[in-house]
Amino acid sequence: MTRYAWMRLGIVVGAGVILEILFRTGVIPRLIMIPPSEMLASAWQILASGEFKGDFYFSLLNIAFAIGLSVAGGFLTGLAIYSVPLLRATLEPFLTSYSAVPPIVFYPMLIVIFGLNRIPQIIIAVMFGLVPMAINTINGLYRIRPVFLKVGRAHRVSALASVFRIQLPAAAPYLFVGVTLAVSYSVIGVISTEFILSASGIGHQISFAYDNYDNRAMYGLVVLLLAIATLLNSTLRYYSHRMLQRWTR
Amino acid sequence: MHARVEGVTRIYPGRSGQPPVNALGPIDLDLYKGEFLSIVGPSGCGKSTFLELLAGLAEPTAGTIEFEGRAVRGQVPEGVGVVFQEDSSFPWLTVWDNVAFGLENEGVDPAETKRRTDFAVGFMGLTDFAKSYPAQLSGGMRQRVCIARTLVLQPRLILLDEPFAALDQQTRLLMGDELLRLWRETGATILLITHALDEAAMLSDRVAAMSARPGRLLEIIPTGWPAERDSRIVEDARFGTITARLWTILRDESMKAIGRTESRESA
Repeated sequence: MTRYAWMRLGIVVGAGVILEILFRTGVIPRLIMIPPSEMLASAWQILASGEFKGDFYFSLLNIAFAIGLSVAGGFLTGLAIYSVPLLRATLEPFLTSYSAVPPIVFYPMLIVIFGLNRIPQIIIAVMFGLVPMAINTINGLYRIRPVFLKVGRAHRVSALASVFRIQLPAAAPYLFVGVTLAVSYSVIGVISTEFILSASGIGHQISFAYDNYDNRAMYGLVVLLLAIATLLNSTLRYYSHRMLQRWTR
Repeated sequence: MHARVEGVTRIYPGRSGQPPVNALGPIDLDLYKGEFLSIVGPSGCGKSTFLELLAGLAEPTAGTIEFEGRAVRGQVPEGVGVVFQEDSSFPWLTVWDNVAFGLENEGVDPAETKRRTDFAVGFMGLTDFAKSYPAQLSGGMRQRVCIARTLVLQPRLILLDEPFAALDQQTRLLMGDELLRLWRETGATILLITHALDEAAMLSDRVAAMSARPGRLLEIIPTGWPAERDSRIVEDARFGTITARLWTILRDESMKAIGRTESRESA
């Protein structure tokens, strides 16, 4: 681990220790929260007992679907908009103003159309994740240095090979930003729809525990959810960092 | 005759009601097999445009270009290699992979790719940096990677568009020596675009001076240098004579180019 990673870990552990002390000394009443040590114990208990195994499986599968569709769909959308001037002129303004629209408002309508199952949740998550991926794909393709394309032509690289051997690698730093955002937004989309209305899933169980004053289960699930999100993000960050190091060191 | 340019012009259509821009020509030029020819001229005279037309990266408005007897139009012919002014090494590939890029693209047998890439990397003095990424190299070394990437394809005509423009004077002289060595050992025909009169005078068998825009060839000066030459030729008295002659031809043209810039700025 780098010096900065140790510092980040120190900040998290330090905040946990301070919270624990505030609980033990009665500064924070237990009615509001439970101490970090109990949150961790609850998280471990949930993992060991397999109590919410089905919910985790449900949410993680939804997240995986949403990430796959957001990344693939966002990339293809971005590529199409970049490549076809008519699409570019027509759709680009929509994309840039899309961030002002909260996709979650369409959830009730989607439940009416598809029923209370995973499909509306995945659609909402994809609506969250697809657009940042598309915008970053377009940005990445716009910023390819023209001389790289000239090198391709000077080497008689075919149009298809140019996409895979020059344009995609050249746009990779931007594509990676898009993937990172698509992953984060897919997690947010899935968990937030489960939170609002769902028959299963981590978000649904957190909401259920909250409604039933079951702080222990609720915080245990929150800790596990944070761990999953952090793991996903750290993995992407690691690979992104490795790639950028080659470009800039 | 290795390449022939006849009556080539390039006119860019005017934008938003502006008249068309006559960028180049007409130009006639014969390029002899195995010679080293440089083109010098004032900024904006169309030197790089001419190179792109000769390479097949752009199409002339009028005129014909032939390489080894075949017409060049809109596609880079087999046997022609191009090195660009900007650093064009791919930052996502190692030095070795950058150099092997063209061979892998052409589907050359892996053993042959390795043999030729190892040779080109070694020839350009990059063996110790084969596994490095371009970002870890100096500007001069990155340009050597680009030259090696072209060299590995064993081109018979190498077109260089101010490849040393971003380098300091000492590195340019040394890179010039490398280029002369490459030229002698490969037997390729080289056309070098440069704005540096001394570089053109030192490296070339013939130097073509180009007018201000629209670029036309004003005069072609044979240098008379032996093939076995290097940067020490700058000590020869004839080097000064050639450089002075080039400046005499180009001084008025450079003034015109500056004057045009000034009038544009004041407009």
